[in-house]
Amino acid sequence: MSALDQLMDVVLLSRLQFALTIMFHYLFPPLTIGLGVILVYLEGMFLRTGDPLYEGAARFWTKIFGLNFAMGVVTGIVMEFQFGTNWAVYSRFVGDVFGSALAAEGIFAFFLESGFLALLLFGWDRVGPRMHFFATVMVAIGGIFSSVWITVANSWQQTPAGSEIREHIVNGEVFLRAEIVDFWALVFNPSTVHRLIHVWLGAFILGAFFVMSISAWYLLHGRHRAFAERSFTGGLLLATVCSLAQLLSGDLQAKNVARHQPAKLAAMEGQYETQTHAPLYLFGSPDDQTGTVRYAIRIPGLLSWLLHGESAAEVPGLNDLEKTWGRPPVWLTFQSYHLMIWIGFLFIGSTLYASFLWWRGTLFDRRAVLWFFVFAVILAFVANEVGWVAAEVGRQPWIVYPTVVNGVVTGGLRTSDGVSESVEAGQVLGSIIMFGLIYLLLFFLWLMILNDKIQKGPDLPRRSTQHTHPFLEAATGLVDHTGSLTEEKGRAPEENG
Amino acid sequence: MDYNVLWFVLLGVLLAGYAILDGFDLGVGILHPVARTDEERRIVLNSIGPIWDGNEVWLVTFGGALFAAFPEAYATAFSGFYVAFMVVLFALIFRAVSIEFRGKMKSSRWRTTWDYAFFGSSLLASLVFGVAVGAAMDGVPLNQRGIFIGRFVDQLHMYPLLVGVMTAAMFTMHGAIYLFLKTEGAFQKRLETWMWRGFGCFLASYLLVTIMTLVKIPRATQNFQDHPWGWLLVFLNVLAIANIPRAIHQRRAVYAFVSSSATIAALVCLFGLALFPNLITSNPHPENSLTIYNAASSQKTLRIMAVIALLGMPFVLTYTGIVYWTFRGKVRLEHHSY
Ligand code: HDD
Ligand code: HEM
Ligand code: HEM
Repeated sequence: MSALDQLMDVVLLSRLQFALTIMFHYLFPPLTIGLGVILVYLEGMFLRTGDPLYEGAARFWTKIFGLNFAMGVVTGIVMEFQFGTNWAVYSRFVGDVFGSALAAEGIFAFFLESGFLALLLFGWDRVGPRMHFFATVMVAIGGIFSSVWITVANSWQQTPAGSEIREHIVNGEVFLRAEIVDFWALVFNPSTVHRLIHVWLGAFILGAFFVMSISAWYLLHGRHRAFAERSFTGGLLLATVCSLAQLLSGDLQAKNVARHQPAKLAAMEGQYETQTHAPLYLFGSPDDQTGTVRYAIRIPGLLSWLLHGESAAEVPGLNDLEKTWGRPPVWLTFQSYHLMIWIGFLFIGSTLYASFLWWRGTLFDRRAVLWFFVFAVILAFVANEVGWVAAEVGRQPWIVYPTVVNGVVTGGLRTSDGVSESVEAGQVLGSIIMFGLIYLLLFFLWLMILNDKIQKGPDLPRRSTQHTHPFLEAATGLVDHTGSLTEEKGRAPEENG
Repeated sequence: MDYNVLWFVLLGVLLAGYAILDGFDLGVGILHPVARTDEERRIVLNSIGPIWDGNEVWLVTFGGALFAAFPEAYATAFSGFYVAFMVVLFALIFRAVSIEFRGKMKSSRWRTTWDYAFFGSSLLASLVFGVAVGAAMDGVPLNQRGIFIGRFVDQLHMYPLLVGVMTAAMFTMHGAIYLFLKTEGAFQKRLETWMWRGFGCFLASYLLVTIMTLVKIPRATQNFQDHPWGWLLVFLNVLAIANIPRAIHQRRAVYAFVSSSATIAALVCLFGLALFPNLITSNPHPENSLTIYNAASSQKTLRIMAVIALLGMPFVLTYTGIVYWTFRGKVRLEHHSY
């Protein structure tokens, strides 16, 4: 087969398309989930203290939130239909189980979010501050609900539970599919809780780094000082706590993966041979040909110890696991997993150091540290993405993972068997090109508008510290009404504090 | 009524909800060029600004519910009409994006570009939705396993295309009435003309579609013999349609809006009744059709889903009510408007 023929394979193309669309979608939801929590905090503080600085901050971050939310919605619609368009066999196989989670997401989460979002974005002058705060809380909860249901769906596909493979007959043709036997066992399948906590923490970290990035940029340019210091401090607190918690949660999750998806764990850690005193690779490059990790820096026994609490414990390797579980692509799984972990440690170190500087009172004079935080948000996006790449590529060759009952692998559906029967490679390729171009355009528009908002900055009452009729001044500042949901009033940005 | 029928009905409710709500959204988009000045265009956008996202959720939830209740139909329809769905996604993405991004720059070239995108994508989405409904009425080639074995372009006969045109005309009329409710002054006057035009086009295409349905799709008439109460729907539909010109004439726009919503709801019901108990009709070989029984999830899942719907729907209706109530009345351009 020529390289081109290989590429024109419906399975491969559908996988690429899924990776493209979900990874682009997943830039935005964690950001809105994280920012949502921050908005709730800011508006809550405004209601409690009446300090207009909080209100200005809430309004500013709401506009940014609105922009990100719109991107999430636009890219999310594609996801809802993608299972049917590209993975028809998979949809027939899992619909009974997986579909209910998706439908629940629509009914419980999306309606909640999209309804109250209207009040959040457009309701400032139409509803009272309490109602507005309520709407903000509802939008934040809506985002969290939606992550619950989609994560339940994905976790079931990773570690199926509460379901049974049964026969179903269509017009005399018999085929197998998964059916629900125990709804709550399905919802709380072995990996749901671990994954959900980890996803939430990832979202909070991203939201916090996003806020810190923009605030640090203002501080470096001497703009909106009071606002930026307050935002940065809040973000830093959230980021520090969540980064530490993420390590704990990730460790628990890894142990869980070892129990339920041993081949994935072996791929993430580059374990080809079954061995006691299994080493932890800090760096390296797994090589399938030789079955070794090249250019490796390793700590002997550490992996055994991390997973089982003693360094002599045995960790099964891919060469033995392959017969039962199949072999996922090792290199990509290993590298994306390691990148996530390195970023995790970098975040722990940098947030602890910044917190220490904050406590000493010198943080806002350390330009190098502030510059680090301007760019660190990119790493937070990357960590969220590569974490999923590790989870999803490590799941291969299964689209629905099998379970082992009494040593026999049961159930499961291979990715190569999951694609649509009636779709041709050319159609998939065409849609990849279409989505690729659209997403490129969207990404640039997003950056451009985001930049525009950041340049214009928050709309804060002048000299908020002295409370000289801030609202009157804000009102007289409204010279031009051609703004938009995420755009600034036509007023020159000014300094505070 | 068993759970399969219940879910058939609930999907109909979701579809009708979507068609009524996003119907005026799309219609507003089709009418966008009627607005001449920048201010008028902003009024058009802001008339749906706070609600278009919520309206689209009806479609998303319809997709999720179809997946859960009738996975066979979900898989066959979406993979079979692959290209059509990609076109719909393309249109929905650009629609959302043009609403969001138009106001972000002052340049008139920028704004005009997004104006075109908004109009074009709204029209395209309405047409394709209609064509899909028409193709479903007509039936598509399925193999014994219920898998689509044709090509989408082959489905583009006269009949589906005509249903597409009717859908676009209906949404235009519906959107014009909605915009009329939301505007004032000279712009509102111009919209009055468009209500009449929309109604005229709708009526003409509606009559054509009705005749063609009677001639071409005997199964549809068959169902009315088995379920005589279906004639009540036809009667209500005609009544609602007749009410539209009366209400427009009397300048009771709310009443006209209720009538056009009822028209859409009745058409969705008629469509459902004509299809029942099929979800996707096979043509030729009707014995290969996917029905609400052979395409369904297990009874247990349908029951669980019914509980979810029962718990969720009251909330959904409450939020929708709150939002529409908060943004009632004429469009006001504020500083956080589009
Ligand atoms: C800011 C984002 C972020 C950060 C700093 C980390 N992770 Fe993570 N990780 C994710 C964001 C993420 C994620 C994108 O949210 C994933 C994808 C699937 C999931 O459940 O969460 C994930 C997956 C994931 C998995 C695979 C789960 C599976 O396949 O079922 C493991 C074992 C870990 N993580 C472990 C860690 C460890 C030990 C970290 C060390 C600090 C860490 N993560 C930092
Ligand atoms: C863990 C992965 C995912 C999470 C946490 C997530 C979360 C979210 C959230 C919070 C939103 C609201 C918009 C926003 O805040 O940006 C959203 C939008 C959306 N997502 Fe995802 N999503 C994930 C993956 C998926 C997948 C796999 C699908 C496909 C079924 C999907 C379908 C949708 C749809 C249809 C929307 C638009 C909803 C609307 O109109 O309000 N998402 N997602
Ligand atoms: C939101 C973050 C997510 C990211 C970044 C992500 C990433 C990926 C990637 C990279 C692939 C391609 C893997 C390969 O083919 O080797 C993939 C496949 C897939 N993922 Fe995810 N995923 C995410 C969440 C989800 C969720 C929430 C679901 C289900 C609800 C899901 C279901 C699937 C399916 C069905 C495939 C296609 C089949 C396959 O290749 O295994 N994903 N995903």
